[in-house]
Amino acid sequence: MSKIAGLADRNPVWALGAIAAAAIVFPLVASDYWIDVAVFWGLYVLLGLSLNIIVGEVGLFDMGHMAFFAIGAYTTAILSGRFGISLWLLLPVAGIVAGLAGYVLARPIIRLRGDYLLIATIGLNEIVRISLLNNPWGLTGGPNGIIMLDQFRVFGLLIQRPIHFYYLVWALVAASVFALVRLQRSRIGRAWNCIREDEVAAEAMGIDVRWAKLLAFTLGAGLAGATGTVFAAKLVVISPESFTFMESVILFCIVILGGMGSIPGVVLGSAAMLVLPEILRNFAQYRMLFFGAALALMMIFRPQGLWPSKRWSTKLQESEGE
Amino acid sequence: MALFVEQLVNGLTVGAVYALVALGYTMVYGVMRLINFAHGDFFMLGSYLGFTLLVGTFVGSSLPLWAGLVLAVVVSALGIAILGMLVERAAYRPLRRSNRLTAVVSAMGVSIFLQNSAMLIWGPRYRAYPPWAVPDARWQIGAVHLGFMQVLVLVVSVLLMAGLYLFVQRTTVGAAIRATAIDHDAARLMGIDVDQIIRLIFVIGPGLGAVAGVLLGLYYRQIHFTVGWSYGLKAFTAAILGGIGNIPGAMVGGLLLGILEMLGAGYVSAAWKDVFVFLILILLLMFRPTGLLGERVAEKV
Repeated sequence: MSKIAGLADRNPVWALGAIAAAAIVFPLVASDYWIDVAVFWGLYVLLGLSLNIIVGEVGLFDMGHMAFFAIGAYTTAILSGRFGISLWLLLPVAGIVAGLAGYVLARPIIRLRGDYLLIATIGLNEIVRISLLNNPWGLTGGPNGIIMLDQFRVFGLLIQRPIHFYYLVWALVAASVFALVRLQRSRIGRAWNCIREDEVAAEAMGIDVRWAKLLAFTLGAGLAGATGTVFAAKLVVISPESFTFMESVILFCIVILGGMGSIPGVVLGSAAMLVLPEILRNFAQYRMLFFGAALALMMIFRPQGLWPSKRWSTKLQESEGE
Repeated sequence: MALFVEQLVNGLTVGAVYALVALGYTMVYGVMRLINFAHGDFFMLGSYLGFTLLVGTFVGSSLPLWAGLVLAVVVSALGIAILGMLVERAAYRPLRRSNRLTAVVSAMGVSIFLQNSAMLIWGPRYRAYPPWAVPDARWQIGAVHLGFMQVLVLVVSVLLMAGLYLFVQRTTVGAAIRATAIDHDAARLMGIDVDQIIRLIFVIGPGLGAVAGVLLGLYYRQIHFTVGWSYGLKAFTAAILGGIGNIPGAMVGGLLLGILEMLGAGYVSAAWKDVFVFLILILLLMFRPTGLLGERVAEKV
């Protein structure tokens, strides 16, 4: 893996060009089944990228991320069903609603550290999921969920076939990756990494730690919420089952498995989770079994992840001296 | 008033089960500063093992009722205790010296692994404990109705908790556990085999969890491979409520959480009762992270 990483580092333009070409050609030659697999892979990459802002870049342990994804998906389904607003408009709206929810929910708990934040976010995830299940004000449809009535349209073309979703999702992935790489290199990105490495030092350097953390939570929740719009359009029926604590854990693990703070890591981690089991289709029912075992083994033998971020320090390997 | 007392008894019953599970979380956290995400799954596996033993020992055998019950509880506790020891050896010991996040993720991996093992072994559907496994006795004391299972749950868990408390407070091994919880290196200098202590923790915790699993299976009848997480989360909340790392705290926290939950279910809404539990959790973390019987806690993962 490090060889590929090295190659990509030395020839970034060529590597990117090759990947882009392969990505564009793929759905023209693949079957609808595999295109669908790639669509869900892309959705998980988007989710992973959104969580990576919080967990990877800043080192905040958010294990309730599916809550924001759910808020985005439900916002989309409810608003489009009741008011018939175009999904293109709802994409940013769902992002903003989820982002605001992220801000409001994270605000009281953002100062919690490590374990405690992790537990609090698990609590948030459960509160949001149970609320959706209980059908407040008849909005969410309870356990049955809501049926999406609208689809994305591009110049009158309805986005319905897997190939359309494929291009939509991966275009969003490309845009997000571009934005997130820019963000990583920006002042705020470096501040985030600084907080991740040493919060006290970051504070001493004059970084407004609380503000930076809240910003990460808001942005991460927002991206997850916007992803929820595409997810709702793709799935047509959304129900609380899609947003369980288990899903949050899987997502958290994808980010760690890929390598904290590493964008290619997220892509690889999601592939390991979604594409690999489809290739080993006969073993698909053992998918989660393998995933669980792989997590434990990875932590023992390669704790820094599949494709560690370059700016990632050696912190994961050193003892914290109990 | 009748509703209040009724819910109080129901709350004490589930609370006792939470307390038994919470002990496993709190002991591991106290000694290793690790949230053992797999602990709820030990509980769940204990429940399944008890189910299989009950069905297995009764169908086509002439064992009396009580013998089958005792057998199911004891054997599943032993089995899960051994499993706990194996898991500690395989997935946690190699990470003893590394960053705590890696250990947490490894624990998640184990949890996912155990859950899916249970799903593959016992199937993805709900399984129901046999209704004939416990006598259908009911008693009335004043306005309170007591079922046989409620009495059994309370008696067994109180005995186990008292036993554990005495063991930790009064015996030499118990003192070694307490010493290890305070400082590994100092304990080692005093001649305590820290590895042994940690292994012991991973025998006691999962064993108690398995007993709780069988009791809860008998009480609610239905088990599913995901109950490890739903009950595990609540037991964990109970551990935090009492002050994580604190053994009497876990007991108090479990009972208190059970009562709060059942009163919430009785007076406000059953559908929203889990929301109360998690709201309590978050409020507690915000305002009193050390819990009710607070102890020192680590600041960072």
